[in-house]
Amino acid sequence: MNTATGATPVLPARRVVITGLGPITPIGIGASAFWSALLEKRSGIRRVRAFDPSQFQSQIGGEIDGLSVGDYVPKSYRKAAKIMARDIVLAVAAAHQAVTDAKLQTKCLLERGEVQGGPNLDITRFGANIGAGLICADLPELAEGLHSASAGGQFSFARWGTEGMNNLTPLWLLKFLPNMLACHVTIVHDAEGPSNTITCGEASSHLAIGEAFRTITRGAADVCICGGAESKANPMALLRQGLGRRLSRRNDTPEQACRPFAADRDGTVVSEGGGLVILEALEHAQKRGVRIYAELVGFGAGHDAYTPAQPSVPHPAGRGCAVAMRKALKDAGIAPSQVDLVASFAAGLVEHDRSEAAAIRGVLGDRAAAVPVMNVKAGIGNNGAGSGAIDFIAAVLAVHYGTIPPAFNSTPMDPACGLKVIADGPVDARVGYAVSTAYALGGGQNAALVLKRFKE
Amino acid sequence: MMNRRVVITGMGWITPLGLDIEGVWKRLLAGESGIAPTTIFDARTFPTQFAAEVKGFDLKRFLGPHYEPHKLCSRNAGFALAAAEMAWRDAGLNGAPTHNPEMVGVYLGGGEGPIDFDNFVAAAIAGWDPEKRELDSIRWAQVAAERLTAVKEFEQDPNCAAGHIACRFNAQGPNFNTLTACAASTQALGEAAFLIRRGDADVMISGGAHSMIHPLGVTGFNRLTALSTRNDTCITASRPFDRTRDGFVLGEGAGILILEEFESASRRGARILAEIIGYGSTADAFRVTDMHEDGRGAIAAMRGALADARVRPDEIDYISAHGTSTEENDKVETVAIKSVFGDHARKVPISSVKSMFGHLIAGAGAVELITCLLAIRDGLIPPTINYREPDPNCDLDYVPNQSRKATVRTCLSNSFGFGGQNDTLIVRAL
Repeated sequence: MNTATGATPVLPARRVVITGLGPITPIGIGASAFWSALLEKRSGIRRVRAFDPSQFQSQIGGEIDGLSVGDYVPKSYRKAAKIMARDIVLAVAAAHQAVTDAKLQTKCLLERGEVQGGPNLDITRFGANIGAGLICADLPELAEGLHSASAGGQFSFARWGTEGMNNLTPLWLLKFLPNMLACHVTIVHDAEGPSNTITCGEASSHLAIGEAFRTITRGAADVCICGGAESKANPMALLRQGLGRRLSRRNDTPEQACRPFAADRDGTVVSEGGGLVILEALEHAQKRGVRIYAELVGFGAGHDAYTPAQPSVPHPAGRGCAVAMRKALKDAGIAPSQVDLVASFAAGLVEHDRSEAAAIRGVLGDRAAAVPVMNVKAGIGNNGAGSGAIDFIAAVLAVHYGTIPPAFNSTPMDPACGLKVIADGPVDARVGYAVSTAYALGGGQNAALVLKRFKE
Repeated sequence: MMNRRVVITGMGWITPLGLDIEGVWKRLLAGESGIAPTTIFDARTFPTQFAAEVKGFDLKRFLGPHYEPHKLCSRNAGFALAAAEMAWRDAGLNGAPTHNPEMVGVYLGGGEGPIDFDNFVAAAIAGWDPEKRELDSIRWAQVAAERLTAVKEFEQDPNCAAGHIACRFNAQGPNFNTLTACAASTQALGEAAFLIRRGDADVMISGGAHSMIHPLGVTGFNRLTALSTRNDTCITASRPFDRTRDGFVLGEGAGILILEEFESASRRGARILAEIIGYGSTADAFRVTDMHEDGRGAIAAMRGALADARVRPDEIDYISAHGTSTEENDKVETVAIKSVFGDHARKVPISSVKSMFGHLIAGAGAVELITCLLAIRDGLIPPTINYREPDPNCDLDYVPNQSRKATVRTCLSNSFGFGGQNDTLIVRAL
């Protein structure tokens, strides 16, 4: 950081653009399917099918059908599927979509024969930054082992140590280490540059994308695959989110259950999915002649520093979210008056949506009632660490196409929120700058990213 | 783009060898072991029945009047809070606020909290249908909803410790948690330094905390056969670089450092422990189960850090090794050091305090960086204890068994995460 003489050199800042999108969502896999589904107001929320949810308060969720890891890895890597929790499968699928979309010739695509020739990037300057949640420890496998170490319904440590634990596959721990999303993705695509795993709940994807942005800006990588993925469509996550009073009980009308900013919202809906995006140094992208969706120009992060109590309560005025947005705008070198679109995180929770709305109003000031706000949770729900990446991808597409997809469950709008949420549409809008926000539902982390319509 | 200098002005740790900086440092220099039979749970039938536990920890003693809002935090978050309190005071920041709270951030390599074991197990056993060999989600949910609580469940989330610290110190700036396994806190410190360099924050509370000494943590590592199983001689079980090493020993605890922008630290007259001058992060991109044989990712991380620091390999006075005491790590790390350092590899002292602390997993890199700061301060290098039989594959100077006097200005610290994420930091006396 300092030279041998102790001087502080000023480094040239590199511009960073988005060249690939890999959304994996209950309404569509891949950028074009996802974008069409958003414009058509499709919902992926239904009664949970992965297990019988009858005993849970909330019995609905956003599940993804027919996802097979074999479609996204080289043949030689298929056996590794045995040690991939669902969260990892989602990330591996997202990576395949993102690198394909960006026309990167990675090891995976070359070995699968999807592209010919050799790599078109320096793998030692290909980084990864992938947000992850606390992966559910494969409940059925663990339950079988624990049951085998019990007698009369009582668990015995003696029997666990001698017999029970041997029912777990030797690589059991690797299935649910949060860093395994990044590790499998970097192995499959041979990304040997800087690699990180951010675990900050729903803020994870934005923090990961923001950090990857910095990694490229400072010259430590040319290309980064970043975002996040998580599955909350399992019994443990459904139970935990319910204990936290975060979930809607509109079990009879699943497609209308997730209602961000609506006056009658009663919680979010669990989901599975995520997204990875390809960030690339502008000159690197231009040399390859690849399509550029948008430019990433600002990143900011902040914390509520409000209450550590769990389940956590957001700051009523959205303090951390406002800090993140203001820092991101400053980083982008723009004034709040230049923001044309806010891509909100709101997941349909009573207090969190209000807190975020307060933050947006605080940052935009007088213009708050006039700036369009988009939201894509209605048909998708909240998967945790991958939610922000899905929101971010939707925002990138909105900037790229100049179209705002409708937040179709958000009416009648909560007057306390006081935002111009685009509930009908799609609406055409030329978006020069967009801000995308995200925050952890518990823990207090907030992040914001600023996108710019790409101009040479 | 701004490129500011970053210095360390405070340190705190909670370790298996004690709960204060100076006492633990003395024990490290004396070559003491923090390892003993496991007491946290009944491990008597486990393949590994010992660990390096934190003893006599009472969060209230550290937080005093600030304890109440944090009293329900998990074991690892408690360690993190206590170490942060210690570091904050050590940096002289416990008086009137000196910084804009929006420019004070937190970046931890914080582990997940231990699960609510008894209640989790009760639900799992009740929910398992042995005839159908599947989980009966109705029976499971009945018991789970009765026994699990929101507080205990959400306090397990890995971002909780960073949230607690932000609330305690009113840190409204950037707040991150990374969980790149055993590399996490080194990565946290490196990225935190970049937030300051870039102007995203002026002060960062950074480091890591973890406790995997719980039934499922030990189960997971035992199934991987990664842990030492020397139950009869557990005090000497962690023997990095020794020919007879048979695995690592789980430790627990936290290490927290206060990182500050150099000019502002100087202005307030802060004591400066060292400057963070280099950071490298890479991925092996090889296998989730093994390190690359040639140390590909480890080499790139060390070279990246040296290039970032603009120092030559022969300017490094001490290497704090990842040195886990597994067959593979110690061999590959040795290969990697040789390949990066060339002739200097045989001259530079290398040691692993995991021989005494055990392996703090996400918290390991932070406590190890603190030992580098102390080595710089006192001109003393902590030993690798339990080193008896040289391994032909590990033929460097590991500072065996005895601490050593040396002039230490520049230290390099390695952390390599399970799955192939590698991080290296370089610190230098100002």
